Order: sequence, then structure tokens, then C-alpha cells
Amino acid sequence: MTRGRSVTALIGLVLLVGGLAWGATGLYGFGHYHASYGRIVAHASVPDRSATNSVVVTAFDYRAFDTLGEEFILFVSVVGVLVLLRRLRGESGRDEENVAEEDRRASESTRWIGLAAAGPLVVVTVYIVVHGQLTPGGGFQGGVILMSAIAFVAVGGESMVLLRLRRTSRWVEMAESAGAAGFAMIGFGGLIAAGVFFQNFLPKGTSGLLTGGVIPLANIAVGLEVGGALLMVIAELFDQRLRGRRL
Amino acid sequence: MNGLLAVLLTLVGAVGTLTVAIREPVRQTIAAGFLSLVLALLFFALQAPDVALSEIVVGSIAVPGMLLLAIAKIREQEQSADHEPGEADRGGDE
Repeated sequence: MTRGRSVTALIGLVLLVGGLAWGATGLYGFGHYHASYGRIVAHASVPDRSATNSVVVTAFDYRAFDTLGEEFILFVSVVGVLVLLRRLRGESGRDEENVAEEDRRASESTRWIGLAAAGPLVVVTVYIVVHGQLTPGGGFQGGVILMSAIAFVAVGGESMVLLRLRRTSRWVEMAESAGAAGFAMIGFGGLIAAGVFFQNFLPKGTSGLLTGGVIPLANIAVGLEVGGALLMVIAELFDQRLRGRRL
Repeated sequence: MNGLLAVLLTLVGAVGTLTVAIREPVRQTIAAGFLSLVLALLFFALQAPDVALSEIVVGSIAVPGMLLLAIAKIREQEQSADHEPGEADRGGDE
């Protein structure tokens, strides 16, 4: 019995390693890119869309429909997490005591570093989102950086922020939903104005922040959605931990 | 392949092996965060700054943060299971 299983596992392993090795021999050399799609997009994004970041141009314009699907995957998974975690939540006044006790345990240096990093990180978030079409970054990166700003605040001994965030989560939820809906609306805008879903229907501009047509709007929408989604998840996880402490 | 890439690829391999070799969950989480940091540097050196930005935040802050919260919760439950044996049906199987 055990012997049969070992033999089966060995055959599978040999097939897997052999297949991988065989596949790897057909690859192009390291750093030698031969496909034409990347080259076409890299050459088209500046004359076509007045945007220098061809990665964002691909994600939010040429293949915005893919991004719409990804965005709704995130939206639905966050709804799933919230439905699971909120099921048994009991509100009690002891949350504040627990959080205050938690916060007192942060050392002075952790506190200063955490709080000093939070403000600049919020500025970086806004910069990354609004410059998405020009420099590396965009809505998704901005959203996750916003979450890291809140994480720094919590690590710096201000976990109360997460508790307040959870209490006033209606605004965060609204921002998330507005972002998700806004991105879909940009798609419908293309359908109405130009007859094609996600057609870039706004003027492309020449230089500065207002270039790329709908791309800056799409970045802001995705930034709101990703930032809101991650803030809610981190606040709920934190709440779970408090609940564990009360056991 | 230039020297910078060779150094970064070696570093990714070394930190990745280290992450697997460490068996204590909290230390492993910190090592995984460090692996993401090294990976982000590699992505940056390979001219993929967008991916590097996502990797550095998701891999070094979001995932370790969630793992640490989960580990803290599991430990608290194990502790409370030790105090009240009837409450939790499993625990202490390590």
C-alpha cells in the first residue's frame, strides 16, 4: 500500500520535473523579449494616449475590461470576508479598554516612527494615484499604500484609529462602492460617447496631470476601491483579534 | 545578465531558502516580509517599478500583518483553551 503510493508519487514527480525542464529549454534567453505586443503598446501609448506609463495605459485603457473583472473579484472577496467576520460581532464598551491597554504597550520609538511615517505615506498615496498615467504606480498601488499608512498608525500605538475606522465604516464602504461603480461607469461612458465599452472618450491632453483621457479618472476610482476594501479588511481583522482577547 | 541582477537573484534564492528553513511562525512571517522586499528590489532592477511597488506593500506589509494577526488570534485561543478545557474542541496539537 505505502509502496504503491511512493511509486505513484515518484512517477508524478518525474513527470513534473521532466515537463518543467522540457518547457524551460524552449524559453527565450534571460532578458530577450521577442513578443510584439509589449513593443506595440510601449510605442503607441505616448502618441496615442499622451501617457508615458504604458503599463497603466494597458491596464486601464487597452485592456480595461480585464481590470474591471479583477476589480470585481476584489470587491466580491472583500464582501465575503466582511460577511464571515461580522456574523458574530458583539458591540461592547470593553473594546476601548482593550485598545487603550494595547496602545500603552507600544514603545516610544515605535510610536514616533509609526506616526511620522503615516502623514508622508498619505501624500505618497495621492501622488501615486494622480500620477498613475505618467510615472510608475496607479490606482492599485495607491490603494495598498494607503492601507500601509493606516497600518503604520496602528503599529505606532494608535490602534484606536482602527476601532474608529470600523465604527464609521459606512464612509469607507461608500468610498469602496463608489470606486467600484465609478470604474464601471467609465466603461459605460465609453459605450455612450463612442459606442464601444471602455473606449477612451475624453480628450487626451498634451502634458501634465490631465493626460490620457479617462485613465486618471480610472486610477482614482480604482484607488478608492482598493484603498477602501483593504482598510475594511484590516479593521475587521483587528476586530477579530480584540474579540480573541475577550475570550 | 549584469552583476546587480546576479547579486539580487542570489539574494532572492538565499532569503527564500531561509524563509522555508525557519519553522517558527512569527519569525517565518518576518522572513517572508524580507523576501518580498528583496523581490521588489529585483523587480525594480528588471525595470518593472509598478510590480515592485505592489510587491513591496502587499508582500512586506499587508500579508505579514494579516499573518501576524492570525497567529496572535490562534495563540490566544490556545491559551484560553488551556484555561477552560471544555470550551475549545481542539488545541495544543503541536
